[in-house]
Amino acid sequence: MSQAFTKAMARNIFYGGTVFFFLLFLALSLDTVSVLPERDNRANLTEAVVQGKKLWENNNCIGCHTLLGEGAYFAPELGNAFTRLGGKDGIMAFIKSRPVDGIPGRRSMPQFNFTDEQLNALAEFLKYSSEINSANWPPNVQG
Amino acid sequence: MQYSSQAVAKPYFIAAIGLFAGQILFGLILGLQYVLGDFLFPEIPFNVARMVHTNLLIVWLLFGFMGAAYYLVPEESERELESPMLALAMFWIFLVAGALTVLGYLLVPYAGLAQLTGNDLLPTMGREFLEQPTITKLGIVVVALSFLYNIGMTILKGRKTVVTLVLLIGLTGLAVFFLFSFYNPDNLVLDKFFWWWVVHLWVEGVWELILGSILAFVLIKTTGVDREVIEKWLYIIIAMTLITGIVGTGHHYYWIGTPEYWQWWGSVFSAMEPIPFFMMTVFAFNMVNKRRREHPNKAAVLWALGTATMAFLGAGVWGFLHTLSPVNYYTHGSQITAAHGHMAFYGAYVMIVLTIISYAMPMLRGRTAANSNKSQVLEMWSFWLMTIAIVFITLFLTAAGILQVYLQRMGENPLPFMVVQDKVALFYWLREIAGLVFLIGLLTYIASFFVGNDEPEAKESA
Ligand code: HEM
Ligand code: HEM
Ligand SMILES: [Fe+2]
Repeated sequence: MSQAFTKAMARNIFYGGTVFFFLLFLALSLDTVSVLPERDNRANLTEAVVQGKKLWENNNCIGCHTLLGEGAYFAPELGNAFTRLGGKDGIMAFIKSRPVDGIPGRRSMPQFNFTDEQLNALAEFLKYSSEINSANWPPNVQG
Repeated sequence: MQYSSQAVAKPYFIAAIGLFAGQILFGLILGLQYVLGDFLFPEIPFNVARMVHTNLLIVWLLFGFMGAAYYLVPEESERELESPMLALAMFWIFLVAGALTVLGYLLVPYAGLAQLTGNDLLPTMGREFLEQPTITKLGIVVVALSFLYNIGMTILKGRKTVVTLVLLIGLTGLAVFFLFSFYNPDNLVLDKFFWWWVVHLWVEGVWELILGSILAFVLIKTTGVDREVIEKWLYIIIAMTLITGIVGTGHHYYWIGTPEYWQWWGSVFSAMEPIPFFMMTVFAFNMVNKRRREHPNKAAVLWALGTATMAFLGAGVWGFLHTLSPVNYYTHGSQITAAHGHMAFYGAYVMIVLTIISYAMPMLRGRTAANSNKSQVLEMWSFWLMTIAIVFITLFLTAAGILQVYLQRMGENPLPFMVVQDKVALFYWLREIAGLVFLIGLLTYIASFFVGNDEPEAKESA
């Protein structure tokens, strides 16, 4: 780099740029948090949904699936599972019917032995997720 | 080695390499489960193997960063480390906590582990990359704070250089942003929003400062180029990193319930994120071309140039590929993401840790500057094997990803996920073969520490 451009100038760009763009990011984040209530379906955050999210986490579902496109890519997207599987009943029936030893030769989902209450909570959680305004993602029902 | 306390870096580097091997072993298990779905089912389900694979990666990179700091800070600060004892104690605490966590993943069903560790008191588990039990996370905070104290005091009481200053800012940022892993609201959108404050602001923010400062240190040492020149480059590279990368977080806020203006902010700023990576490549090659000495450790110089190149390819080029929101609409959460994740993590962070190990380990093991030629030749073989293998892993996953996106998300008759997975299985097989080559490369790398030890040291060929 040329002599006219000094180390002190580079340092000032670093500090000034970092502070400026970090503050810009904070401002955007603040705005996001303030407008989220219109998009994030928080009105439907029922007790069952909260329990469902806990079950989702405690069983590490994200280790195989994506949810709104984030997670692992081994098993189908679940942000729209509510639509794809035809509602809560479809979700509960699917989870409940997984064979303990898997399906020979194929990727299989474990049998978690959930109670009916837990199955309901998970289905409620996935219903809530499917109603978040995700800007029309995924592109189609296959996720 | 100029200061005896630099020696504490050695166990950190050895542990890093050991955990690296574990990571790759579980990567191969995952790759096999991709094509032989019932492999190890239900004993080691995919999600368990994946946690082990990704968490070992993060932990061994952290071991590498800490080892790097313990090695280079005394030399830069021109004084002994504040407390070598503390550094050794933290080494064992971190290693044991890490080992217990991985054993927990493997031996106890995850829900049982959550219960055993009292996850309900402060639920933080079950989110990608942040799967560790809450007590492990608290342990990480303790280790990070003791580490920062140790490094920080050494830096503050000694000679201050741009290299150590940037390193300290990066490491402090690493610890600060990790605190967001304790925030896990019931609201899924808020959860996801702040999850990225750990993940994105790490790899596309503060970790790049750590990367830049280690690279600058190794280039100062191996090329003999004037420190002023290198430090000016370092400042401008990390300036561009944070100017583009902070608001660039927006490339993760397109489809998770966040407002749609992020499609503009995220696309525009993250599209500029390759700039600092490109500058890093120009920087590294420039410094080596202008070198004032022929450092006898040729392998270390190769790793340094490799880091600069592969970080640009993996993060810069493969990142740009899917970062614009109209593209990301189709590629989001597909094998394209996995392709990019692999080359970016390898090119930037795996390679910088292997660079500093390559530079420092000969001295830590009693050489004056470099290993024997025989050992270096083997190490350079391992460089090419691992690097070419990751390039092919990336290419095969990219091919699988393009097909996946086309078959599942575009066109008249989108096919179900599992049907598409079967159709692209050929590329998963090829990825697994490339993974085996990677393993051979890693074994070659480990072997390079055991050969040529009784041969004379390579000499500066001036
Ligand atoms: C033998 C070589 C390897 C194989 C076969 C392999 C395989 C895999 C597989 C199958 C996944 C899970 C993808 C999914 O969620 O569906 C994965 C994830 C991951 N691996 Fe590897 N891996 C290997 C080496 C590596 C290396 C060397 C690194 C680091 C540089 C790495 C870093 C990662 C990361 C960061 C993820 C998470 C990716 C994401 O969330 O997008 N892997 N790996
Ligand atoms: C060394 C630096 C980088 C590393 C280690 C890295 C690693 C990763 C990983 C592991 C993921 C997957 C996260 C998940 O599991 O959800 C990811 C996602 C992503 N990265 Fe990077 N990345 C880096 C730099 C970049 C850069 C510079 C860009 C843009 C130019 C970029 C663009 C993206 C995008 C758009 C996604 C989201 C993909 C999706 O929608 O599924 N990355 N990155
Ligand atoms: Fe990112």
